Amino acid sequence: MKVAVIDYGSGNLRSAVKSFERAAREAGLSAEINLVDTPEAVLAADRIVLPGVGAYADCRRGLGAVSGMVDALHEAVIEKAKPFFGICVGMQLMSTRGLEKETIDGLNWVSGDVAEIQIDDPNLKIPQMGWNTIDLTRDHPLFAGIKTGPEGKHAYFVHSYHFVPENPDDVLTTVQYGGTVTAVIAKDNMIGTQFHPEKSQELGLSLITNFLKWSV
Amino acid sequence: MLKSRVIPCLDVKDGRVVKGVNFVDLVDAGDPVEAAKAYDAAGADELCFLDITASSGNRETIFDVVAQTAEHCFMPLTVGGGVREVKDIRKLLLSGADKVSINTAAVNNPDFVGEAADKFGNQCIVVSIDAKKTSKPGEENRWEIFTHGGRNETGINAIEFAIRMTELGAGELLVTSMDRDGSKIGYDIELTRAIADATSVPVIASGGVGNLDHMVEGIRDGHATAVLAASIFHFGTYTIGEAKQYMADAGLAMRLD
Repeated sequence: MKVAVIDYGSGNLRSAVKSFERAAREAGLSAEINLVDTPEAVLAADRIVLPGVGAYADCRRGLGAVSGMVDALHEAVIEKAKPFFGICVGMQLMSTRGLEKETIDGLNWVSGDVAEIQIDDPNLKIPQMGWNTIDLTRDHPLFAGIKTGPEGKHAYFVHSYHFVPENPDDVLTTVQYGGTVTAVIAKDNMIGTQFHPEKSQELGLSLITNFLKWSV
Repeated sequence: MLKSRVIPCLDVKDGRVVKGVNFVDLVDAGDPVEAAKAYDAAGADELCFLDITASSGNRETIFDVVAQTAEHCFMPLTVGGGVREVKDIRKLLLSGADKVSINTAAVNNPDFVGEAADKFGNQCIVVSIDAKKTSKPGEENRWEIFTHGGRNETGINAIEFAIRMTELGAGELLVTSMDRDGSKIGYDIELTRAIADATSVPVIASGGVGNLDHMVEGIRDGHATAVLAASIFHFGTYTIGEAKQYMADAGLAMRLD
C-alpha cells in the first residue's frame, strides 16, 4: 500500500510521516509512507494524507502553487474515492471557503466555511491549545476501539478556526470549548481532524492505524 | 474540557542537555533525545527545547536533535533559541518542531512576529517574554522586558509588550520571571496573571518552580493555561505523573491517560 503525504511547503511534515510509519509498523501493515510533491505521485498512491500547519489562505495558495496538484487531488479523492485524511488546516481545506484573515476558496469537497471559534467565556483563550476529550456523534470505522467522551482519550488541539459544515451530519466528532466545536469531519471516503493525530499519542496512533486499514 | 498542561523544558547547548538530567533509566542523560523520550513516556503534555548554543558553527546541531526527537516522540514540541528569520522557523518545522518560540528577535524587530504569524499561523508562534520587576516596594507593579538572560534592560513595559505581541499574531506567550528563575520560590504570580488577564492567548508560566504547589498556583492564581519547569523534573525531585496527579487533586483539569 502506498500512502502519499502531500508536501506543499506547509507544516510539520516530518512528524506526520513518522506517525504514519510508526502506526503501520506497530499494526504490522505493509505500507510505504511517501512525502510527495507531484500530481503523478498523488495519482499513484492508494491513500492520501494532507497535513497542514499555518494560515488557511497561505496553505491554500501553497497547494495551488504546485502545478496540477489540486486537479490530481480531485481525481484521486473525489472521482476515484481513495481514502483521504486531512489534518488540521489540511482538514479545513476540504471546505468551500476559509474566512481566516481573508476569504478564500477551499477545495469544496464538503460544503461549509472555516470560521473563527465563537466563545462567550472570557476565561477561555484563543487559540484552543492543548489536550481535550472528544465526543463521537455516530459510529465510524476510524474510531473503532478508541474510547471517546469525557472519560476517553485526549487529542491535541491548536486552532482558532473550525469547520462549520452546511450539513451537520458531516461532523463526526465534536469538542467542547466555550461551546460545541468541530473536531472531526467525515464524509464518504474522507476524514479530516482538527486536532493533530501525529501529536496525540495513543489516540492519534489508533486513528491513523484505523485509517490505514479503512476499506471505504 | 481543555486540560492544563505541564511542560518540561530542556536547555540544549551544542546538541547536549545542560544543567543535567537525572533519570534513573537514561542511558545517556546528556542526550536530549533520550530525555525527550523519557518525558514522552512519562506523560508530559508538551516538550520545550531551548537552544542556548552560542557559536554559530554549532547552531545546526539543534535541527538534528529536533529531527531525532520527532522520530520517537508523538507529542508537541516547541523549540526556541536563535529564531531570527522566517527560514529559521521553516527549518525547525521541517525538522519536526510544532511551535517555535521567539525571544530577542521579537524585542529587536516586533514586525518579525507578524511576518512569522502570517506565514505559519498564529498557533505556531510563541513569544517568549523575559521580565523583571522594576517597581519599588509600595509603587504600582511594573515589569520590564530584559534580554540576554536578564542582563540587558530594554525599558519596555512587559504588559504592553505582551499585548503588542498578541496583536501582531503571537499565538501563545511564555512568560518567564527573571527574578524568580532558578530561585525555587515559585512563579511570579502577579506578573503571570497581569499578562494572562491583559491578553486573549494562552500563557505559559515559567521561572521559579520549586514544588508542586507552585504549579497549582501558576494555573489557579496566575491564570496560565500551562506551567513550565526544568530542574524539578530533570533532577527527579518530582515525576511528571506526580505533578499532574497533584494538580488534579487540587481541582485542576488534567490529562491523566
